[in-house]
Amino acid sequence: MSTTFRFTVNGKARSVETEAERPLLEVLREDLSLTGVKYGCGEGQCRACTVLLDGRPVTSCLTPVSAAAGKKVVTIEGLASGDRLHPVQQAFLDEGAMQCGYCVPGLILTAAALLERNRRPTDAHIIEALNGNLCRCCGYPRILAAVRRAAEGGRHAG
Amino acid sequence: MPDEKECFEPERYELREPPAHQFALSRREFVEAAGAGLLISVVAMPARAQTRGALESRLHLAEDGTVTIFTGKVEVGQGSRTELAMAAAEELRLPVERIRMVMADTDLTPNDGASSGSRTTPATVPPVRSAAAAARELLLEAAARHWQVDRARLEVRDGAALDPAGNRRFSYADLARSPELATAYKAALPAGAAVTPVKDWRVLGTPRYRLDGRDIVTGAHRFPSDLQRPRMLYGTVLRPPSYGATLTVADLAAAQKMPGVTVVREGAFVGCAAPTSREARKAVEAIAATAQWETPEHPPSNRLFTYLKERAVREGGDSRAPRVQTKGSLADGLAQSQRRLHAVYQVPYIQHAPMEPRAAVAEWTNGKLTVWTGTQNPLQVRSQLVQAFHLTPEKVRVSVPDTGGGFGGKHTGECAIEAARLAKEASRPVSLRWTRAEEFMWAYFRPAGLFELEAGLDAAGLLTAWDFANYNAGTAGLETPYRVPHSRTQFLYCEAPLRSGSYRGIAATANHFARECFMDELAGAAAQDPLDFRLANLENPRLRDVLLAAAQRFGWQERRKERRPGQGVGLACGTEKGSYVAACVEVQGSRVREITMAYECGAILNPANLRAQVEGAIIQGLGGALTEAIEFEKGKLLNGSFAKYPVPRFRDVPTLDIVLVNRPDLPAVGAGETPIVAVAPAIANAVFAATGERARAMPVRLKA
Repeated sequence: MSTTFRFTVNGKARSVETEAERPLLEVLREDLSLTGVKYGCGEGQCRACTVLLDGRPVTSCLTPVSAAAGKKVVTIEGLASGDRLHPVQQAFLDEGAMQCGYCVPGLILTAAALLERNRRPTDAHIIEALNGNLCRCCGYPRILAAVRRAAEGGRHAG
Repeated sequence: MPDEKECFEPERYELREPPAHQFALSRREFVEAAGAGLLISVVAMPARAQTRGALESRLHLAEDGTVTIFTGKVEVGQGSRTELAMAAAEELRLPVERIRMVMADTDLTPNDGASSGSRTTPATVPPVRSAAAAARELLLEAAARHWQVDRARLEVRDGAALDPAGNRRFSYADLARSPELATAYKAALPAGAAVTPVKDWRVLGTPRYRLDGRDIVTGAHRFPSDLQRPRMLYGTVLRPPSYGATLTVADLAAAQKMPGVTVVREGAFVGCAAPTSREARKAVEAIAATAQWETPEHPPSNRLFTYLKERAVREGGDSRAPRVQTKGSLADGLAQSQRRLHAVYQVPYIQHAPMEPRAAVAEWTNGKLTVWTGTQNPLQVRSQLVQAFHLTPEKVRVSVPDTGGGFGGKHTGECAIEAARLAKEASRPVSLRWTRAEEFMWAYFRPAGLFELEAGLDAAGLLTAWDFANYNAGTAGLETPYRVPHSRTQFLYCEAPLRSGSYRGIAATANHFARECFMDELAGAAAQDPLDFRLANLENPRLRDVLLAAAQRFGWQERRKERRPGQGVGLACGTEKGSYVAACVEVQGSRVREITMAYECGAILNPANLRAQVEGAIIQGLGGALTEAIEFEKGKLLNGSFAKYPVPRFRDVPTLDIVLVNRPDLPAVGAGETPIVAVAPAIANAVFAATGERARAMPVRLKA
């Protein structure tokens, strides 16, 4: 049974006709070609599939597309402003916070959402916020450094 | 080319496997395959890699000045793309950003062997440097001829030869347009193109982050699971409910009635392709609901070590025969000892669980198969596809986009074969991405191992005898680096219950765990400090250096004297694949608080990447050391998911202190694997110091 769902993706109004139970992850990837959103486990344990839904990080593998109806979805493809990277993206580059890089989109979105709600996170806050995101290359020290750097940049800016 | 040893290490079981499926030929295909030897010489497009000269197969200069380096190596996060680009940039005197890398495409790139065994640095960096140095020499020669000046008076800077006055440039773009290049491309690599000595390095030896990092942080990079082709379908495969189960009955009708669904059943293979992955899943679920299986007996993991020992191949068995190395007389060594110790150690199966599960996109065009897939061994995957579909190698192209992790776990082509079978049936490209559950259950595991050790010490605490038997774990790191006059070292192949293969460090992790924990037991028996005991029995200067470097940085002597409740320190060291590692660890109750590691792998090529590899190896090693163990019963996994199989997370990361020992006087060797081998034994030894309880099995489960 297909239904039409309308939502905003990376600032653009989109509509898809699909089954209500289909995971948002698969709709974003397969129908909208937003493959920056990654499948990692399908059970919300790795958060490679993180997207922002009305600004909150959600695991898109467990979120049915129907739950996104009428909401704003941001994927990694929509985080930069044109050529200007989001401070968290820039910090990941500056700290070399990636090995294979598969977990990076989910981590950047999770960290961006953290910095939206807490502009001065301590290391403990960052670790708490990112603990749900797995990196199997185990590049955690640099990821922590990158989020710290992004937070500090924000502090200087104001 | 991979060396012989790499190919025949017995624990690389996955490299000797036949393809996951062998499909039948239609009559038309049979005629084509039988006549293929004749046909290909007439019509098949020869692959770039096989038809070019030595220089051209490695390097291409375009008339717009673009420099392209070709390598069969794969980027799975270990840093090969950046390292090889740096190697070329160094010799070409170009900024590294100007190098374009074409990697791991069987139609385009030379045979550099698999991306495994830490071989990129020692075996692929040198030919890339030689080719780039040869191109630099050609540039000088051509410029000298062009300007009619003495070549010795020219230098190459920023991608161009400069005349002595510095007002004329002859660039790689100019070289690309010159007749010299066309001739040189076809010739063997010119001799005498010396690579740059370490003291003159400008690019190598400096820290560089991943060159394509921007595509990673913007989500623009397409991993194998992200590729989308026109008219592409998504695939799903019907998996047996348990190991060894064979399908007896399956009704395909319901799936076949679903709109847009392609259904394949051939031999043991059943799969569906559909316009969305959800539709493909539903089709396979409909078949699964009707399926009946015959399931054989399968041993449970709680009987694993008895099972392995019972099934050790003790005689005959060709490549599976026991490997026994002896030195002196074990009996004499034991007879001479004042103290003897005996212990048994165990190491379970673990899974690599890379973030990106196996993925492949397969496409057939006019009888030629192209598969984009995440593998560390594209040539092996091509051979498997050749066998599975009765093709000639020219008819199969395997291309590997930079992939989401491997850790030794992606050497095989099962996903590529499955995607190709579905694509063939559908006559459309098919993307098949394994689920996490499939990756846990059907990818191969790091082998489990059982270890029986016995050693003798003289009155001074020196080793007189060493008897080490390894069941099933494999041979990497099997031999002790300590001085022992009398020894017997054995590896026994076992008929094992699970499919096994390479894992970061291969068997060196298991062998070091058993050996380095047992060395601690022996130090205790000799009433010596574990550091002093090792040094007294150790001659290898490089291993001594890292051991001392780690101990000094950690403050071993002082911290060993601290006696807080629940606190303990431990150390371990080892060598494998030509590099040297030592770790000191502090545990406090249920937590690993701190790890100090010293690591030496010759001349450091990219210190930023080296540090990342060491950090990653340590933290990944924490999983195997503390929590990871595959459990199974009746042929099913009991913990085949991230919810049930805990791997290291942010909260588990201890304080890390890493000492990179640079040896610019020594050749660089690979560093992706060996740092992991010291982690588990150092932790187990620290746990003993803290609790007085000796952990003789991985994982060492810390108690609060």
